[in-house]
Amino acid sequence: MNSLKVIFDRDTWQEIFGSISKNKTRTIITVIGVLWGIFIYITLSGAAKGLDNGFERQFENIARNSMFVWAQQTSIPYDGFKTGRKITLKLSDIDYIKKRIPEVEFIAPRNVRGVFDGSVPLVVRKNKSSNYNVYGDFPEYSKIATKKIYEGGRFINEEDIKYTRKVCVIGERTQTELFEKDEDPIGQYIRIDNIYFQVIGVHKFIEGGGFDNDGDILIPFETYRKIYNTGDRVQWFTIAAFDDADVVAVEKEIKATLKRIHRVSPDDERAFGGFNLGEIFNKIVGFSKGMTLLSLIVGIATIIAGVIGIGNILLISVKERTKELGVRRALGATPAEVRNQIILESVFLTIIAGIMGIILGAFVLFGLNIATQDLEDFPYTNPTVPIPFIVGALFIMVSLGTLIGLIPAQRAVSIKPIDALREE
Amino acid sequence: MIQIKNLYKSYKMGTSSLHVLKGIDLNIEEGELVAIMGSSGSGKSTLLNILGMLDVADKGDYILDSVPIKNLNETKAAKYRNKFLGFVFQSFNLINYKTALENVSLPLYYQGIKRKERQESALDYLDRVGLKNWATHLPSELSGGQKQRVAIARAMASKPKVLLADEPTGALDTTTSYEVMDLIQKINQEGKTILVVTHEPDIAQMCKRIVKLKDGVIIEDKKVNQVLASSYV
Repeated sequence: MNSLKVIFDRDTWQEIFGSISKNKTRTIITVIGVLWGIFIYITLSGAAKGLDNGFERQFENIARNSMFVWAQQTSIPYDGFKTGRKITLKLSDIDYIKKRIPEVEFIAPRNVRGVFDGSVPLVVRKNKSSNYNVYGDFPEYSKIATKKIYEGGRFINEEDIKYTRKVCVIGERTQTELFEKDEDPIGQYIRIDNIYFQVIGVHKFIEGGGFDNDGDILIPFETYRKIYNTGDRVQWFTIAAFDDADVVAVEKEIKATLKRIHRVSPDDERAFGGFNLGEIFNKIVGFSKGMTLLSLIVGIATIIAGVIGIGNILLISVKERTKELGVRRALGATPAEVRNQIILESVFLTIIAGIMGIILGAFVLFGLNIATQDLEDFPYTNPTVPIPFIVGALFIMVSLGTLIGLIPAQRAVSIKPIDALREE
Repeated sequence: MIQIKNLYKSYKMGTSSLHVLKGIDLNIEEGELVAIMGSSGSGKSTLLNILGMLDVADKGDYILDSVPIKNLNETKAAKYRNKFLGFVFQSFNLINYKTALENVSLPLYYQGIKRKERQESALDYLDRVGLKNWATHLPSELSGGQKQRVAIARAMASKPKVLLADEPTGALDTTTSYEVMDLIQKINQEGKTILVVTHEPDIAQMCKRIVKLKDGVIIEDKKVNQVLASSYV
């Protein structure tokens, strides 16, 4: 009898069914072992994937290869300057950087009033007033950190820069604090430090690190420059490298270029500060990859433990069934038939348990997904287990089930029918 | 049907070996009903096991239905058992989680017979032992005599050349024993060669020939006038 025929033969399954349903408690306990293993595996790897997706979501609003660079004080005397010189970034730095470092995709200088220096601007509308940070921005900024603008509004554009327009994008909180509930702020005017600005958009606040908040008002860079008399000075650059660039290297190059421009010692580590989101993003990606690997290892180890449990139980079961197997052999069952039966029992139990575990794990992941859906801050989205993981797990289970089934099967065959029959 | 020449068998018991069969010569013709008698330890069960290919002799020839039985591996032995032999055991050895019908059809399953044919054939044999109505019952729901009848039906189902019965009445009371012997006699009358191992003289008297073993040798081999079990029932 060839083995494929055995597997698809209804009678084979009837035999297997008969013998595993003989002792229901034992079968259930056996199944629970593997079920638990695959359940842990599915839940863990799904959760790891959810975490992975969650991190991705957290970073979806900012270019993954982005960084901030700002100027500080020198710490090494150089080129005739003494140490402790204050460096200020200049608008002209942008062209240098763009020319020297082709990996830079966007570079947006930013200035802010009310965070590092100057008083927090007073913003007035009709009889309401409050203090908000005001940023001077270029349109490029929206390409590095996606600012979601509510419908009807827009971000600062080239024209705004060109004509030094007095327009502004306000935050959600600014809207609720300065405007009535049913009022459309777009097209309305607010007074920022006694200058009237027209509101062109409301940005949705997204926690992205840094000192952004939901009250921020963004105005065109050129306008900011004029109002606050900042000249060429830039507080910091927001820079995005191309996707395939190595962000750490790009950051180094940018700093080196800036050091050359501002005549700072190449060894001066303190002159320029930087915050590399790309690097942090890569670390988080590495972390979640590690989590996935961990869940894979733990899951597979648990599956192995479960399958070994099945082997163990079958070994006991074979001992209990010695006589039955002897009778079968006396009735003409070949050793191969007996062996196949035991192995198939093992594989069958493993697969049933595996499928049940997968379903159970899927339910738990589904529940987790629902439970965490409203938690914006919790980095957990769409926990799924990739199909190859499941197929791989099933494959591991079937092969382990077969291997582990071989032990009791071999034992069953190694007992001579005569001894098996004699056993009382 | 069965020819045995100079059969030896010993078991190793630690350092010493126990000689169980010391040169057995036996010829059994087709259609015979032979009782193998002897006290325990006389080697009668060992002889039956060798005949049943459950055990292998150390020395000697064994020819079954003109087929020399030697150098058997387990797979070949299983095939021969399935083809040539039917077993009836003292403790019935029915598979307890299978119904009477499933038990009877088990040897047919191992013969590779299709499911439907198998069930028809098994039901037919159950009918012959008078248990057609008990087909769907589990062994635990049957009496000892019924169990043995199911076991006989199972042994017959594969249409064996020889039926080997090891103390078939050993676990049964007298009345039931006679019922079972009646069944065995009827099967014999249909032409089947049957060997019965027993130590009960009355059961032996119901066979056509008695072979007595003692200490591993045949001490007596005689034809007897068969007592019909039906006369007691």
